[in-house]
Amino acid sequence: MQLFDALLAVMVGIGVCVLYYTGTNFLLDRIFSDKNGFLTGKDRWYNAIQPWIFLAPALFFLGVYLVYPVYETFRLSFFNFGGFEFVGLKNYLWAYENPEFQQAVLNNLFWLLFVPILCVILGLITARLADNVRWGTIAKSLIFMPMAISFVGASVIWKFVYDYRGPDSEQIGSLNAIVMLFGAEPQAWITLPFWNNFFLMVILIWIQTGFAMVIFSAALRGIPEETLEAARIDGANEIQIFLKIMIPQILSTVMVVWTTITIIVLKIFDIVLAMTNGQWNTEVLANLMFDWMFRGGGDSGRGSVMAMMIMIAVIPIMVWNIRNFRKEEQVR
Amino acid sequence: MISLYIKRLSFGQVLSSFLLLFLVLLWIVPTVGLFVSSFRDKDQLAITGWWTALSTTERNEFRRTGTKDDQVQLGEKYIISGNFFDAGGKIIQTFSTSFKNLTEYNSGETAKFKDGSLFTLHADGEYQWVSNTPFKHKRGKRVFYVAKVPPTFSLDNYREVLKAEGVGQSFINTLKVTIPATVIPIMIASFAAYAFAWMKFPGRQFLFVTVVGLLVVPLQMSLIPLLSIYNEIGNYFGVSAKSYPGIWFAHTGFGLPLAIYLLRNYIGSLPREIIESARMDGATHMQIFSRIVLPLSVPALASFCIFQFLWVWNDLLVALVFLGKKDDQIVLTSKLRELLGSRGDNWEILTSSAFISIIIPLIVFFALQRYFVRGLVTGSVKS
Repeated sequence: MQLFDALLAVMVGIGVCVLYYTGTNFLLDRIFSDKNGFLTGKDRWYNAIQPWIFLAPALFFLGVYLVYPVYETFRLSFFNFGGFEFVGLKNYLWAYENPEFQQAVLNNLFWLLFVPILCVILGLITARLADNVRWGTIAKSLIFMPMAISFVGASVIWKFVYDYRGPDSEQIGSLNAIVMLFGAEPQAWITLPFWNNFFLMVILIWIQTGFAMVIFSAALRGIPEETLEAARIDGANEIQIFLKIMIPQILSTVMVVWTTITIIVLKIFDIVLAMTNGQWNTEVLANLMFDWMFRGGGDSGRGSVMAMMIMIAVIPIMVWNIRNFRKEEQVR
Repeated sequence: MISLYIKRLSFGQVLSSFLLLFLVLLWIVPTVGLFVSSFRDKDQLAITGWWTALSTTERNEFRRTGTKDDQVQLGEKYIISGNFFDAGGKIIQTFSTSFKNLTEYNSGETAKFKDGSLFTLHADGEYQWVSNTPFKHKRGKRVFYVAKVPPTFSLDNYREVLKAEGVGQSFINTLKVTIPATVIPIMIASFAAYAFAWMKFPGRQFLFVTVVGLLVVPLQMSLIPLLSIYNEIGNYFGVSAKSYPGIWFAHTGFGLPLAIYLLRNYIGSLPREIIESARMDGATHMQIFSRIVLPLSVPALASFCIFQFLWVWNDLLVALVFLGKKDDQIVLTSKLRELLGSRGDNWEILTSSAFISIIIPLIVFFALQRYFVRGLVTGSVKS
């Protein structure tokens, strides 16, 4: 019964969509075809209307779900908690002085500083190593696998790795078991001030390294063999070739991966929510924002300020993207 | 000279292999730990590391013997007998009536109690308690023992979470969210991508640059305004603001920029001659789109499908905002997060629930990896 309900809902949802495109097309054909049913293909009206019919649903969704909300969030950030009284910069000033917010910004900066660079470095190393050995394809598959796992699923996996039992009992978390193997004291890793941030970052690095690796691996293959051969003949060793020839050759790809991961890091939410919910000084902007969306019935003003912070951090990347796109279009 | 070159290369390869092996192990061990744990007995799981799953463990336990009601008279003697274990597997090593001295008797030996009765405990849990006078105790006597417990694996944990914890229901809910939220955007995006690539209309360049800009707009910017729109619509029509169509459309909106961008780049790179000659033959755009462009774009459609499927299946934030937390709407990620809070120490529940939530993405991922990688690479590598 449940399954049937689900199936029905799915069919209706998709059916409505199909109906729109076939329906409008049918109408358009009826209106603009002559009495024999043949299209007067050169009709100016027909050609002027049709692109908008193709585009309309897309523009509707983009408008309602992205363009309007960006404007509205910007506006709400200057209004009070219910969004009906203009308060100027009050929300921003509140945020500036709020210790929780400061903590979140600081942590986000840490995340930004470490996660993208570690993903890029590990991605480069694994890509190069995997291309060098015979079982490289399998290795890449396995390192890439966490990409398919949800942040929450990954949090469960790693919470189990970080599990802590008292020093006298047997550890069931892998990390503490290893630590005890070396004769050190087991730790409650995710409550360890300051360092716990890094234990959360590990989860994202674990997920994103595979992405970096796959992209780099493809880019490295694009480097002409002659270039590498020339360097080898000149007596360069493999490490020199990797550092001085390969990486500079794929620098634009490195930048793309870097910015992609940076954006993911800016929005990081699920891992913090699932692991600590911002306790023990691990708060980040997206989690704090989610909190304020519902705290005390929801404060749209303060929540918007936090969303704006993430948006402001993204804007340089957005501009860079658009400029790159324009450049490519001119080449086309 | 050549042999030297080969030698150096092979040494490098061996080193590469080792280093890579180390990294691969580092990467898969956490998932393996979760996987192994989800099949373990919950008592074993709680006290021993998952890496000991295959080894036999020694455990100190106690059981109670039968009471006076269980005794049978056999001639002059009174006997209580039975077995401590329901199922086989455990092997008793030593036993005692005092927990301070567990190795007092070996299994199979007969212990003589203070009252003169004789107690025999065998390795398989069979016991026999013989006395010359009738037994009077109402509670069974405690017998402590050390037993070897062989590794046990079962699907018990899965059975429990699927039924009792409601993970089965949230699995269906997740499917109900994911399928339309994957199909709808891809339909809408492919029409739009075709228009951007092959139709002429004013504002085409501007609109597409807007799409490129929207690619990176954080989801967080949309949440507050959309939540209030949804609430208003819900109030106006007297329905709940949290609904399946609501989340389908939200995922559609958030997934569209990437879908349009990827598909437009792909559709735009199809050979111009094909489309133009079809136009010459009098085909309408609708015909060209459905009969020529769509079949040719299957690889790009497939790779976006995988993207969107994984993204929606794994999403937590959108589900938390646009869906309720009741049984009929809670999705897997949301459920898992709830269990992390409420059953934080019950690793048998967490590991098996987590595995249920990641198994479908993993299957999709390994089966369709080629398309997924192709999609990622075309989106990122500059030629």
